[in-house]
Amino acid sequence: MNELAIKDLLYKLADDQLILGHRNSEWTGFGPILEEDIAFSSMAQDKIGHSLAFYTLLQELGEADPDTVAFTRNANQFHNSQLVELPNGEYDFSLIRHFLYDNAEIIRFEMLSQSSYEPIAKVATKLKGEVKYHVLHANTWIKNLGTSTEEAILRLQASLNEAIPYALGMFEPSQYEQELIEAGVYAGEEAVKVEWLKRIQAVIEKTDLKLPDLNTIEPKFGGRHGEHTEHLQPLLDEMAEVFKIDPTAEW
Amino acid sequence: MYGGGNVFEATKFDNLQTEDPAKLAEFEARIARGEKIEPNDWMPELYRKQLIRMIEQHAHSEIIGALPEGTWITRAPGFRRKMAQMAKVQDEVGHAQLLYSAAETLGKTREQMLTDLINGKSKYSNVFNYPAFTWADSNIISWLIDAGAIVNQMANAKGSYGPYSRALERICAEEAFHLKYGHDAVVHMATGTPKQREMIQAALNRWWPPIMTFFGPSDKMSTHTETLMRWKVKMASNDECRQQFLDMYVPKIWELGLTVPDPKLKKNMETGQWEYTEPDWDEFKRVINGDGPCNAERLAVRRTAEERGAWVRRALLNPKAKYVKPLA
Repeated sequence: MNELAIKDLLYKLADDQLILGHRNSEWTGFGPILEEDIAFSSMAQDKIGHSLAFYTLLQELGEADPDTVAFTRNANQFHNSQLVELPNGEYDFSLIRHFLYDNAEIIRFEMLSQSSYEPIAKVATKLKGEVKYHVLHANTWIKNLGTSTEEAILRLQASLNEAIPYALGMFEPSQYEQELIEAGVYAGEEAVKVEWLKRIQAVIEKTDLKLPDLNTIEPKFGGRHGEHTEHLQPLLDEMAEVFKIDPTAEW
Repeated sequence: MYGGGNVFEATKFDNLQTEDPAKLAEFEARIARGEKIEPNDWMPELYRKQLIRMIEQHAHSEIIGALPEGTWITRAPGFRRKMAQMAKVQDEVGHAQLLYSAAETLGKTREQMLTDLINGKSKYSNVFNYPAFTWADSNIISWLIDAGAIVNQMANAKGSYGPYSRALERICAEEAFHLKYGHDAVVHMATGTPKQREMIQAALNRWWPPIMTFFGPSDKMSTHTETLMRWKVKMASNDECRQQFLDMYVPKIWELGLTVPDPKLKKNMETGQWEYTEPDWDEFKRVINGDGPCNAERLAVRRTAEERGAWVRRALLNPKAKYVKPLA
């Protein structure tokens, strides 16, 4: 198996989870109700834990240790989708992003748990149960709020329209796509996208929200090869603020 | 965190005569026998009022207390600290949730309590009106403020009101982990590079005066505690808690090669009591009444969170639903 292809996949998975975990953690102390503060913190902890697991696999393949990889790279070295780096905005945007992202993430984890590449299969099998709860949380809230007040529905619809091009950006194929599919690592981004669409449609149909016509939308690609919005670098600078005081120190 | 609601304001006990003397006697006898008072039991109005105030202030202290440490979640250095800091602050928000539920059993809704917090009508622990300038400040809070809270809460967990006492038992179990986390972080700083040592000493210097006021004014200055003690609402005096804290933690601070910024601090071997520079109680009063370095900021953050989240709460509100007190 081409090691570069595996590394590329691992970086995508790890960086997505790290950056969204970081964003989720920004809700601590600011949630619309205490229960949501706590829920977003739980998901943040899971996601950052998942990123650590994937960075650890990368380390086993010869990359630097997880702290160095996470805390010292610049934005153009990150492989996350642009969706996860966008600021939290209001709760409606964070919820919609969480819904769109985790419904795709669970499919990746399900596929990867069957992967021919055993180290990923093991990690994905172990962690997919946690992602399942994230999906359950997102779907429950979308169904609740998406059928509630006009105000809530308008907000969610606006956020859905705003997030969709970025969500489609998650499925940007990598240069190794064909190789990964042929080697049985996973079924590839197009397959994830098809299944994702089915699942999010099934939830949205139960609400007063409308999925925009995806054929008319240009996906926001670029994140997977280091092209990011202006929001990622400040996030990374903040994350590394203390670490960089002395990267060799034990904190 | 963060305990000690009763130190901020005490109810005035000048009006017990309006209570039914037989019921009052039975109530006091139950408490004397060590029984817990439960939400639907008879209780004097003053007991109810004082407990609501105390539990509410404790809950507010948890969510406001999540702010100074919360600002360091996104900046925690390295995976280990990042994960732990998130979990720690999440616990504090969870404590608030638990405590608001306990207070709700006495008849005040969470929504009303949060409104009173934002309007400045009800207080929270004064220490959170001070800023956490650096990562080291956050470590000192995790260790020593949580340590102070445990001293306070272990005492109050033996109190007479069932839901509060059960909430405190659960909270103390989690606080014990926070204490370990905070201590571990401070040890790393204190035994680390010269820069880290300098950071942690500076943070300790900043936080020592607020820490010394954490348990509230000295017993000489606080009044109305007799009835509270008899009713097992207040379980230890402010000075007792302060002495216990100093006994447990000053040696640990010294052990790390850190200095405490109080030249008078020493244990009097004859009396067994710690001697220290009397905290500036005028500043304490000034800060608790709104004029501290962070009061306005803390409440503004809370107010913004409430305002921005209002549409979610409106959306969740089912007009047909009837208010039910939580079980606690």
